[in-house]
Amino acid sequence: MRLYWALACLGFRRHAAYRGATVAGVFTNTVWGFMIAYVNLALFSSQARVAGYDASDALTYVWLTQGMLMTVAVWYWVDIAQRVRTGDVATDFQRPVDFQGYWLAQDLGRAAYHALFRGIPPVLFASLVFRLRFPSHPVTWLWFLLSLCAAVCVSFSLRFLVNLSAFWIHDHRGVISITSFAFPFLSGLYGIPLAFLPPAVFRVLAVLPFASMGQAPMSVFLERPGTAGTMLLQVFWAAALLALGRLVLRAAERRLVIQGG
Amino acid sequence: MDAITFTVQPGEMVGYIGPNGAGKSTTVKMLTGILYPSSGTVRVAGQDPARERVALARRIGVVFGQRRQLWWDLPLRDSFDILRHVYRVPLPRFQRNLATFVDLLDLGPFLGTPVRQLSLGQVMRGELTAALLHDPEVVFLDEPTIGLDVESKGRALDFLAALNRERGTTVLMTTHDLADLERLCPRMLIIDQGRLIFDGPVAQIRECDAERTLVVDLEAPQPPLAVAGVEEVRAVGRRQWLRFRRNRVSAAALIAQVAAVAPIVDLAVEGTPIEEIVRRIYREGMDGLRSAAG
Amino acid sequence: MASTAARPHLWLLRASLRAQVAYRLSFALLTVTAALATFMDFLVIGAIFTHLPRLAGWSLPEIGLLYGIAGVAFGITDICVGALDAFPQIIRDGGFDVLLVRPVGTLYQVLAREFAMRRFGKVAQAGAILAYSIAHLHVTWSAPKVAMLASTLVTGPLIFGSVWVMAMTHVFWTVDTGEVANAFTYGGSFLTSYPINVFAGWLRDLLAFVIPMAFVAYYPVLLVLGRPDPVGLPSFTPLLTPAVAAGVVVLAAAVWRTGVRHYRGTGS
Repeated sequence: MRLYWALACLGFRRHAAYRGATVAGVFTNTVWGFMIAYVNLALFSSQARVAGYDASDALTYVWLTQGMLMTVAVWYWVDIAQRVRTGDVATDFQRPVDFQGYWLAQDLGRAAYHALFRGIPPVLFASLVFRLRFPSHPVTWLWFLLSLCAAVCVSFSLRFLVNLSAFWIHDHRGVISITSFAFPFLSGLYGIPLAFLPPAVFRVLAVLPFASMGQAPMSVFLERPGTAGTMLLQVFWAAALLALGRLVLRAAERRLVIQGG
Repeated sequence: MDAITFTVQPGEMVGYIGPNGAGKSTTVKMLTGILYPSSGTVRVAGQDPARERVALARRIGVVFGQRRQLWWDLPLRDSFDILRHVYRVPLPRFQRNLATFVDLLDLGPFLGTPVRQLSLGQVMRGELTAALLHDPEVVFLDEPTIGLDVESKGRALDFLAALNRERGTTVLMTTHDLADLERLCPRMLIIDQGRLIFDGPVAQIRECDAERTLVVDLEAPQPPLAVAGVEEVRAVGRRQWLRFRRNRVSAAALIAQVAAVAPIVDLAVEGTPIEEIVRRIYREGMDGLRSAAG
Repeated sequence: MASTAARPHLWLLRASLRAQVAYRLSFALLTVTAALATFMDFLVIGAIFTHLPRLAGWSLPEIGLLYGIAGVAFGITDICVGALDAFPQIIRDGGFDVLLVRPVGTLYQVLAREFAMRRFGKVAQAGAILAYSIAHLHVTWSAPKVAMLASTLVTGPLIFGSVWVMAMTHVFWTVDTGEVANAFTYGGSFLTSYPINVFAGWLRDLLAFVIPMAFVAYYPVLLVLGRPDPVGLPSFTPLLTPAVAAGVVVLAAAVWRTGVRHYRGTGS
């Protein structure tokens, strides 16, 4: 257990080293936040509520998702795929550490860093300019934190699976680019709440694992009805996808042995 | 950079050496228009590289030891084709030059291979060709032989020598490797901490160094010989090393003295390796070296 | 022959094209992704319109027109100037020196490195949305309006491209990864897809006067739709678009030259 904690700290520190990139990223997120916020405000200029959200809810959604983007990290992560391409992954398999656990621990550390340093600043800044809606019950914060953890796990497990495709597909850039685009959109981290989409579409998207990465923690934060169900679904998806990841990993290991590295 | 002044005549081959951080690359960058000098004037082929970068670029060629001119994903031949158009080389001249270079550098076997698949030696030969296809009047090379195996290095140097001989191309080469320099460049500039500390023929450096070692193989092992004029003796088995200064005692006299005492089977006279000489120059400057020579 | 002057430039372009076809599956997937992304962007706007008939006074086909023009402009810009993404890395690994040694302008060499045809997906998709919107608009077409629309194919990319170049030039000073420029590139794409009166006053002024991205799509569209500018600028403003485009290009070239001068003054 100590090992995984150490790995998480490693993940945290690795990203803490890139201070310049963090500042640039906060700037970018803030700019985007403003732009999307204004579009949402235009939407609410003629009506008070949309799909059960009011203007404050929507603004909070916009800014919190901007803050959460890097934390949940739904796109462009190719560390494992790159190691597959160079062949370094063979040495990874020989280490006495669980491969999936190794990467998950580091990712959680990274997520912690991004939550603190890229998540909080834009939201804090926005709360000075816009009227955001913070939780009315203190315990919501705890649920939100847990929900965020689950979101990161779901995101990790999806990225893990995508990266493992490198064992079978030689040039993974195309796959990565499609998922880098599809995941943010399907998870509700794209700008407007998934709930604003036509109800039929929303019902389908809400049960897919992607929503567990974005819309789910948002719903928890905004104290929308059905928190328990939402979080249980998140946990379900995290567990299921991690398990799937392990199965695919075993297949990948077998393939590596056959190919000879 | 402190203060550097030198003039190179057309057709000269000049070596430019110095320890890391001395300013070799910086000098080359100023000569090729990459960097502006903060003071002073620079003229290459009569033009100011800082102000007339594009015009001058047509008349010079540059080979960077650690940066690539060639297009990484494309076959070698394609890089040459592109550069032909970039430098607007007329087709007949291009074909002639390419044929010559392919021959001299033996590029034939891998002309069609993507550059990223080539070995370092092959890449370097390609880079040399790329820099010279447009018949530049002056060629700058910044550590071109770094990491090369002996054969590739030899081929590159011979190629440059042939180029200078047949086309009168002026060559300025920075390097760490003094053996390269001795082999190729009659004139050497030594730079240290941004200052020029030596400018002259390589032979002159050697002359400043008076230290020699007489290595003798005797018929039978002997205790270290005591000979007048020798500063230090070392003996291992039948071989002995006698260190002396040639301006104090001549090698011939020394050999005669040794032969009088013990029969010699084989002998050699070695000078200080040039690296050692240059290292001393870095440490003590030219004056230090000359005074040590006595 | 006029082409002799252009020859070095054409050949640099051909080089980058050839290098790309080597990766065919990725090429296909990346093209599809670009197309899908554009489509999804518009879906978001469409979703907004399921809740109200007009956004900031604009109907769906009208916004579609704006979105389509902005999207096509972005796509063309991306094809021509997208190679800027690789620029920070060129600076960091010293590759810029190699560019300075050649008898061709540095900016051109940076841009010509990757003339990425896969980005054509965005152009196609935005073009489709544009076509759809035009079909559903109630506009009396006239020669000036058609000319205005056609000119955006040139002025839009010129303005966008210039802004991108200026945004990326900061790398000469900071030698960072250039991520900050994304706020201007993709951010710009987002902003130009909506009528500027959606945004708050300060942002509107910024887009109209400082970083004139409002001239990529918004002002030309005002002329096509025959609408007055809610911001209050005179009605001939759309006609200034070519001048604005030319001005921004000149500015971008000057900024780039300043960056190169800085690089040549301090080295790497």
